[in-house]
Amino acid sequence: MNHQGRTLKDRAAVVGVGATPYYRRGRSLPQTTMDLAIKATLAALDDAGLAVEDVDGFALYGGNFVDTSLLAQVLGIPSVRFTAGLTGGGGGSAGSVGLAAAGVATGMADVVVSLMTLQQANMRFGASFAPKGAGSAGAYSAPSTPEYVFSSNAGLMAPGQMFAMLVQRHMHLYGTTRDHLAEVAISTRNNAIRRPTSLMQEPLTRDDYFGARMISDPFCLYDYCMECDGAVAVVTTTPERAKDLRHEPVYVMGAAQGGAGRWGQAITWMGMPDEMFATSGHRPIAKDLYAMAGVGPEDVDVALFYDHFTGMVLLQLEDYGFCGVGESGPFVADGNIRWPDGGLPVNTHGGNLSEAYIIGMTHVKEAVEQLRGTAVNQVPDAEIALVTGGPASIPVSGLLLHR
Amino acid sequence: MSTVPVPGLLPPEMIAFTASPATEPFWLAAREHRLVVPRCTDCGMFRLPPAAFCWNCRSEAVEWVEHDGAGDLYSYTVIRHPVIPSMADVLPIVVAVVELPDTNGCRVVGDLIGCDADAVQIGMPVTLDWYDVDEGSVPCFRPRA
Repeated sequence: MNHQGRTLKDRAAVVGVGATPYYRRGRSLPQTTMDLAIKATLAALDDAGLAVEDVDGFALYGGNFVDTSLLAQVLGIPSVRFTAGLTGGGGGSAGSVGLAAAGVATGMADVVVSLMTLQQANMRFGASFAPKGAGSAGAYSAPSTPEYVFSSNAGLMAPGQMFAMLVQRHMHLYGTTRDHLAEVAISTRNNAIRRPTSLMQEPLTRDDYFGARMISDPFCLYDYCMECDGAVAVVTTTPERAKDLRHEPVYVMGAAQGGAGRWGQAITWMGMPDEMFATSGHRPIAKDLYAMAGVGPEDVDVALFYDHFTGMVLLQLEDYGFCGVGESGPFVADGNIRWPDGGLPVNTHGGNLSEAYIIGMTHVKEAVEQLRGTAVNQVPDAEIALVTGGPASIPVSGLLLHR
Repeated sequence: MSTVPVPGLLPPEMIAFTASPATEPFWLAAREHRLVVPRCTDCGMFRLPPAAFCWNCRSEAVEWVEHDGAGDLYSYTVIRHPVIPSMADVLPIVVAVVELPDTNGCRVVGDLIGCDADAVQIGMPVTLDWYDVDEGSVPCFRPRA
């Protein structure tokens, strides 16, 4: 691949992060999604030392639950010069910051806000592919499509059921076990309970894990992330401008989004090529990301993997080269992903599994705090952080940040 | 023909036959309990779900090849918790991904019936069956002796 010297590396910096409190599904009422979006945006701007008047761009993802038009109108943005959204769903969380960086690096905008706002009072992500009218009215809303009925007619209507297929095959191919999944759940919980922002505040024991009800084999209750409400915003600007702001800048070292074409819709079609099936779909992203950043997995100090399901953390460890293909089970069993003693602390904030599920944006916030040295569960002298969005259908995305 | 929930199979009212011109022949054949897979007549590549264009050579020329649906279980999950409440009465459902031999890796997703959910194993041989509802038929699978 020849980019002819074109790169995003070090051409943008993340300068502000902000969030609302996190809530269990539906508990953020009577606030509106717009209320949550604006609170997070103002918090992120305050964190950066910037004003609303400085903002001239938005880079969104995941269906854009809040659209730029109303957001800019309500906030009173003087001039929107860049407004873009990644296609797809949660796979774009890290990628939305890459998109912001692209807007900044090309001069289309100076200060770009990336944002996720989620309120599940009238919907339920846990069944986000269920057809309209199934179950309780209003809770399920995916339109039926000519392609999707090929799997929905068998009952595959929830993301957990779909990702279970990939992890089940991984177990078959490589001997991965539920103990390995439990290690992800428990180590992530141990990080969460040290943080006041976490919705999960109690330790998770191995007995708790194996005593929990099975939801969709091989996933039990604790292999699932939570369904939450809340908002997280991230502010990106030029390296020059970043130097004069409130915190030491965190630079975008690499950004990538997309995936193999024949990964495609992945979890709703199950027809991915055999060599991709028991993966996270992230291998092409990892390759591009490391190439842009000029580093490898051995250089990463902390990894914030999108963790909607425990097993997909395992598959990302392989796809990003932290262990060999099929070796993620033993890798986590050896304690490698634990904070503070593991060689690669993972999801030091408690992740989607145990802090809050704001479709991956909490991971970006944690990466920035790690590189500032202000994280609650700080990795000593962390210099390079990896953040991922997805696994999902295309796009999945990744981001490498450095201080 | 099923109009009431059958254990292990998706409730009939949740079955959809949303189709496009490219996928309709699959569902018309399914009504006759025939599994057909589109094959590009230019490059020979099979594809599922059906699409108007061959993903390998972009040709629109297609033939529909009948397959007996006998294959091996590629992966599966057992849905045990009714995250969608209207599925509660039919759980557990074993959802199977079955790879069809001699189709360059095409896979069919269907419910696996007639076996103990706790005894399912990847690689087990399965045979095709059909689940009939008012509007049509959908593929499902049973263990193959």
